[in-house]
Amino acid sequence: MNIQVRERPEPASPVAVKTAIADCDIHPARATATELYPWLAKRWHAHLETIGAHAYQGMMGGPPYPKAQPNASRRDAYPPEGGPQGSSLSFMQAQHLDPNNVALGVLNPLGTGQGLRNHDLAAALCSAINDWQIEKWTSQDKRLKASIVVANEDGPTAAAEIRKRAATRDFVQVLLLSRNVEPLGQRRYWPIYEAAEEAGLPVGVHAFGFGGNPITASGWPSYYIEEMVGHSQCQQTALASLVLEGVFERFPKLKMIMIEAGFGWAPSLAWRLDKAWQRLKSEVPHVKRPPSEYISERVWWTTQPMEDPERREHLFELIDWIGWDRLLFATDYPHWDYDDPSRVLPAGVSDANRDAFYLNNALQLYGLA
Amino acid sequence: MTRHVVAAVAELPPGTRKFLNLEGRPIAVFNIKGEYFGLLNRCPHQGASLCEGPLIGLAQSHDPGAIEYTRLGEIIRCPWHGWEFDVRTGQSYCEPRRFRVKAYPVHVEHGASVVKGPFVVETVAVSVESDYVVVDL
Repeated sequence: MNIQVRERPEPASPVAVKTAIADCDIHPARATATELYPWLAKRWHAHLETIGAHAYQGMMGGPPYPKAQPNASRRDAYPPEGGPQGSSLSFMQAQHLDPNNVALGVLNPLGTGQGLRNHDLAAALCSAINDWQIEKWTSQDKRLKASIVVANEDGPTAAAEIRKRAATRDFVQVLLLSRNVEPLGQRRYWPIYEAAEEAGLPVGVHAFGFGGNPITASGWPSYYIEEMVGHSQCQQTALASLVLEGVFERFPKLKMIMIEAGFGWAPSLAWRLDKAWQRLKSEVPHVKRPPSEYISERVWWTTQPMEDPERREHLFELIDWIGWDRLLFATDYPHWDYDDPSRVLPAGVSDANRDAFYLNNALQLYGLA
Repeated sequence: MTRHVVAAVAELPPGTRKFLNLEGRPIAVFNIKGEYFGLLNRCPHQGASLCEGPLIGLAQSHDPGAIEYTRLGEIIRCPWHGWEFDVRTGQSYCEPRRFRVKAYPVHVEHGASVVKGPFVVETVAVSVESDYVVVDL
């Protein structure tokens, strides 16, 4: 017999400890449909089981378009103990937080009470999700920080929730979604901005949501791929509305974060706004400065899904306009369009810019530096 | 080239796959309807464990509304971004000019020839009576 039997190689040990990163878009999920019950009044248990939660769309459950992977999530992210992707802290730690050296992870829960027609149910679910974030996640892992999820269509109730949570330092931002009944600069949403400014918390606007309107500016498209690329136009509407309704002028300390809708469109939107504003500003006298100034001073951008032009110079030109100090690295874990931190930035970025991109901008914006 | 004995044939029936670490490389071996294929288990796009994804068919369309779905079970779809690769060749159907996943030849060898070598046996106990799945690295 001339068979060489050898020992299996040891699992590859990390060559060097990875540089710490901030992940500004992590989606924690509930393991079961009843996981929020401890923080929900009994009447809502019965309501959810007999009537259900109806969003601003046709009387159907679920998102308007089918997703590319189950639960829109990585197929390798199912926790070993069962439940959907993103529902286990220990597996999130083992698969993502530890190996990628995530020093700060910002939780953005989806499928909460946002976008529901029943505003009392919306408020109850949002409040329960906020308790749940603390109990299940941030109190168990100090790297994780929570978002104050608010009933977006009910400004005063949302503002009260922000004021109730603001003193808990585990919350680092207020979370809105990009699809709402009206564009986000409208007055019905102003109590949210007022309370966020007062609390010193930035407001993140994450892609998706339910507003009852077609998801593009010219109707319902045919395919999920159109929904995915349509997030940028939805976010442009939100940002233009925030500028032109005078939200940045009225709330001078308010900071906004555009989450998961790209950033490559930012310069062209700002140029177009400035050009139109030069000619039309008498219509909007409350917009006192060129729109690009509000955008460059008051808006931050998460990176995932990262812009990926064929020539890296184009990416660098874009970022030069936006500012290396304005980008917040995000993976979108456990969702399927996850960005791997080791792959998103091409070569040719200075150490200072790299550190800002991956960690320091987030620490500063969220007041954790 | 090193030849690695990675499984007894009985251990890898049609429709199954086995994950291995050969010479420090993550590799998956598939049995698709009695044919064996080996792929590097790392997606050339963003580095996911590609071979943990589902095996699907090839959807092609020459006209809007007319879809041909062929080669069922011969295309691997990455668990992250859904990039599709031909299990037979490693060819990418998303960006064929820029990306390819490394494919490794896999054969079945009889125990008698495995015993003669030269082969590297991972964790498989070899007997002359059986057939074995062998990966060429």
